[in-house]
Amino acid sequence: MSTDEAGQGGPSSRGQGNSAEHHGGSGRSLIQLITPAGERISHPEFDPWLQDITDEHLCSLYEDMTVIRRIDVEATALQRQGELALWPPLLGQEASQIGSGRALRQDDFVFSSYRENGVAYCRGVDLTSIIRVWRGNASSGWNPYTINMATPQIIIGAQTLHATGYAMGIQNDGADAVAVTYFGDGATSEGDLNEAMVFAASFQAPVVFFCQNNHWAISEPVRLQSHVHLADRATGFGIPSLRVDGNDVLAVMAATRVALDRARRGGGPTFIEAVTYRMGPHTTADDPTRYRDANELEDWAAKDPIWRVKSLLERKGLLTEELQRHVDDKADSVAREMRLACTSLPEPEPLDVFKHVYSSPNTWLDRQQDHYSRYLASFGDPAGAPSEEGAR
Amino acid sequence: MTQMTFARAINAGLRKSLENDPKVILMGEDIGTLGGVFRVTDGLQKDFGKHRVVDTPLAESAIIGTAVGLAYRGYRPVVEIQFDGFIYPAFDQIVSQVAKLHYRTQGAVKMPITIRVPFGGGIGSPEHHSESPEAYFTHTSGLRVVSVSNPQDAHTVIQQAISCDDPVLYFEPKRRYHDKGEVDESLDPRTALPMDAARVLTQGTDVTLVAYGPLVKTALDAAIAAADEGVSIEVIDLRSLAPVDYATLEASVRKTGHLVITHEAGQSGGLGAEVAASITERCFYHLEAAPVRVTGFDIPYPYSKLEMHHLPGLDRILDGVDRALGRPNSLSGLEG
Ligand SMILES: Cc1ncc(C[n+]2csc(CCOP(=O)(O)OP(=O)(O)O)c2C)c(N)n1
Repeated sequence: MSTDEAGQGGPSSRGQGNSAEHHGGSGRSLIQLITPAGERISHPEFDPWLQDITDEHLCSLYEDMTVIRRIDVEATALQRQGELALWPPLLGQEASQIGSGRALRQDDFVFSSYRENGVAYCRGVDLTSIIRVWRGNASSGWNPYTINMATPQIIIGAQTLHATGYAMGIQNDGADAVAVTYFGDGATSEGDLNEAMVFAASFQAPVVFFCQNNHWAISEPVRLQSHVHLADRATGFGIPSLRVDGNDVLAVMAATRVALDRARRGGGPTFIEAVTYRMGPHTTADDPTRYRDANELEDWAAKDPIWRVKSLLERKGLLTEELQRHVDDKADSVAREMRLACTSLPEPEPLDVFKHVYSSPNTWLDRQQDHYSRYLASFGDPAGAPSEEGAR
Repeated sequence: MTQMTFARAINAGLRKSLENDPKVILMGEDIGTLGGVFRVTDGLQKDFGKHRVVDTPLAESAIIGTAVGLAYRGYRPVVEIQFDGFIYPAFDQIVSQVAKLHYRTQGAVKMPITIRVPFGGGIGSPEHHSESPEAYFTHTSGLRVVSVSNPQDAHTVIQQAISCDDPVLYFEPKRRYHDKGEVDESLDPRTALPMDAARVLTQGTDVTLVAYGPLVKTALDAAIAAADEGVSIEVIDLRSLAPVDYATLEASVRKTGHLVITHEAGQSGGLGAEVAASITERCFYHLEAAPVRVTGFDIPYPYSKLEMHHLPGLDRILDGVDRALGRPNSLSGLEG
């Protein structure tokens, strides 16, 4: 069994066989451009898509991945310290997110789930916006139109339909932008994604389905969701697909560029399965030791996406002390900035709950707001009023 | 009698149902190895096997839709919807299929499906994790809807729901999962108070206060606080949201002349509106004031820092009681 299949290809009581390719799938291997040991291998089909990637560019990808891991670690710490209500770590998925995120154009539009903080970083998000939501201070962090990324989706799979609809709009407008949607392996079981693929194929919409197969949907392994490679599911809908090593930033970038180019040229949707691994818990509320074998984590740690680029930079003699210091400083400062933003967020105002329910005022809700403000005023100290135990 | 948490009490009830009837089968996301995100099904897969306690793929419409097929085949599926806000992908299967098949087949096909839904707020969760969607289902004929408020009831009613030949939505107040209480596991669900009966929890003479699920505890606290102020509250745990046990409510309102109903869900089209209207029809001449609703606002569930403003707390309930009694309250001096 090739290790990249850990968790998916193992013998399964329901499977037809026990080889890595037992899924009845295409048997195609992963697109890979950097080996886990950090060796750049050539790939006649995908190398042409990376001709503009200079050494400097490679260093910046290393920087981005290091920064988002740092953000992730810092946010996890903030949650443990009680500053955030919850956090969904992306630890291990840095190459998938940076490789794809950096391939996008600013006028492309992203529809993601809750885990794509690395993609948001590529879109130029202000980190305070991300933090605000997980601290419980707001329902959404940013205005989608400022970074061309929709507010992250918690309902599994719902965003894939939105992306397809957005892509239909792009198509109608005669533009060459692309809608890109991110989702997990578990999401491929939901009706919404399957319906999104039907529409995307029917209308040849310029949408890229980017699946981060991180092998787990909370406690459920990917083999519970699918008996074929996830990439092969798309084929049944008439959507071409790519299966890429999700821990290889260059392979992910090349695959995403191929898909974007096809969409821009009117070639319709593409499905990308980035095979990666969620090294942390599902969220900070989850305990993976209840369902996951420690050996599996070890296997994947050996394929760490950041370590991989780092060794490539080393081999190329690019990893100078100066570069490392620059990258670490950047990560430190971004993390510091995020921590400060988090702890200095102002508390929301009680009556804010009534804002934006409708686009214009209505007497119905105004009455509830009026009554509630009178209620708060009856306490003198409104801050002390609403608790389950009561103040009276 | 054993001290148990709410979650453990449901677990013990599920265990009994699995033991007593080989046709009972549990299904849901993460309910097996993990034991559910709230650990309500902890240990059940280990003891009953993967065919009785099934981890399903991530697909709510499929979870309910396959339960319909299993019911056709004579099984009694008990499914878990992980959080209230994730029931909507399954909505069509619940309201178009589960609710109507018995009627459509003139009783030939039974749908003894129990749908467990952890619901309600107060736990600081992100969006879609704190909703109170019960009114969508009480509006749909053919479904029974219940909500439990203490470990003993949780234990008994889950067994009653599973053995009931109708589909039952079983709403579990997730912010009470860790509350402990005495549970008599030997209590026979067949002779216990039926799940469609309301229960009078405190005797009172001034106001009837109706609550269910998570707010029953708050209502009881409010009754104690009100007693200090010389107001006698009769707290009723509604238990069954569809059908509602109006006989118990009527008897109480005839005595007190005042009705307050509280729930976390928004006010418009909520269960409180239905109870207020029905009691007004039935007890108009016994009511000394208009029924009062103390509910969540008509807003999407707010982000966690503000959720305590949305959720009715003890003080808001007492303010509602004052309004019903015409005592000084936050709206004094206003008309209507
Ligand atoms: C419709 C719906 N059902 C259930 C959930 C609860 N839930 C949140 S994340 C998750 C697992 C998702 O797994 P996957 O799609 O693989 O994405 P990952 O979290 O691994 O990135 C589940 C079951 C949800 N958010 N939405």
